[in-house]
Amino acid sequence: MSTLKIQVGSEDHVQGNAKAACTLVEYGDYQCSNCGEAHPLVKEIQAQFGKQLRFVFRNFPLTKIHAEAQAAAEVAEFAGSLGKFWEMHNLLLENQKNLGQELYATLAGTLQLSADDLQSALANKTFADRVRADFTGGVRSGVNGTPTFFINGLRYDNPMDYASMVQAIEKALAA
Amino acid sequence: MSEPLSPGTQAPDFSLRVTPDQKLSLSDLRGRPVILAFYPADWSPVCGDQMALYNEILPEFQKHNAELLGISVDGVWCHTAFAKDRNLHFPLLADFEPKGAVAKSYGAYFEAAGITERALFVIDKDGIIRWSYISPISVNPGADGILEALEALEK
Repeated sequence: MSTLKIQVGSEDHVQGNAKAACTLVEYGDYQCSNCGEAHPLVKEIQAQFGKQLRFVFRNFPLTKIHAEAQAAAEVAEFAGSLGKFWEMHNLLLENQKNLGQELYATLAGTLQLSADDLQSALANKTFADRVRADFTGGVRSGVNGTPTFFINGLRYDNPMDYASMVQAIEKALAA
Repeated sequence: MSEPLSPGTQAPDFSLRVTPDQKLSLSDLRGRPVILAFYPADWSPVCGDQMALYNEILPEFQKHNAELLGISVDGVWCHTAFAKDRNLHFPLLADFEPKGAVAKSYGAYFEAAGITERALFVIDKDGIIRWSYISPISVNPGADGILEALEALEK
């Protein structure tokens, strides 16, 4: 059974109640269509569990099959460094078919971030190490594709549908 | 599920096609660790399937000087097309004729379906199996076990 080796910490992007009894960690790739499909699913699950659940997103860009995955992850981290990670996270997933420089500049504008600063962060690979650290931590934890979810530290290997995931989270809450 | 050859066992040698006109033998790689990754089939319909994942993780394996070999019963032309499509940077071996013979010798053949199990073996530089694992056929095992086994080789 694969388990989360990197505990959730201050470096993480966390949504929801810090003291929630259940933590859902997603390793994802902004260009992965399965992650795009999982995005509304995560939102439904968050709505279902409210304060009982906190959600963490970590980067796992599959750069050999997704040409924009790395840049998109760096864009999210850039926004995160300015306190707008989740806003950018949502926008990237909602626009994943159009990932590219043009979209990144537009999204920066939407969030009132400097497109020039974003451009230089990408050019200088300012957030590349951060993204790579997420990736290697994921590998150590047995991430096996995207998205991979961990529920209270255990890799979730069952179908990625609402009913199955809700059931797994309820089980974790009851444990 | 099959029972894979266990740690401490000499890894059975084999010679399989890696391209239409080239074969690769396990014994060619003596002197460095080898990761054998048996998988059910090319072209599984998910983002980041097991081989795509290992392709991405290749630099982590290379830190241990390890050679990764993917093996399935798919033929060499199928492997060639798959590797090209997924931009894979490691060899895929065709356990094609006699079908699954190498997988059988490792206890990694799923007889009922006529495919190899999702079986992982880490073989040391002297050709001894040091770690083996069979994952449920529908579950991509990831790479955490492989990396732990490679680290243990260095201890």
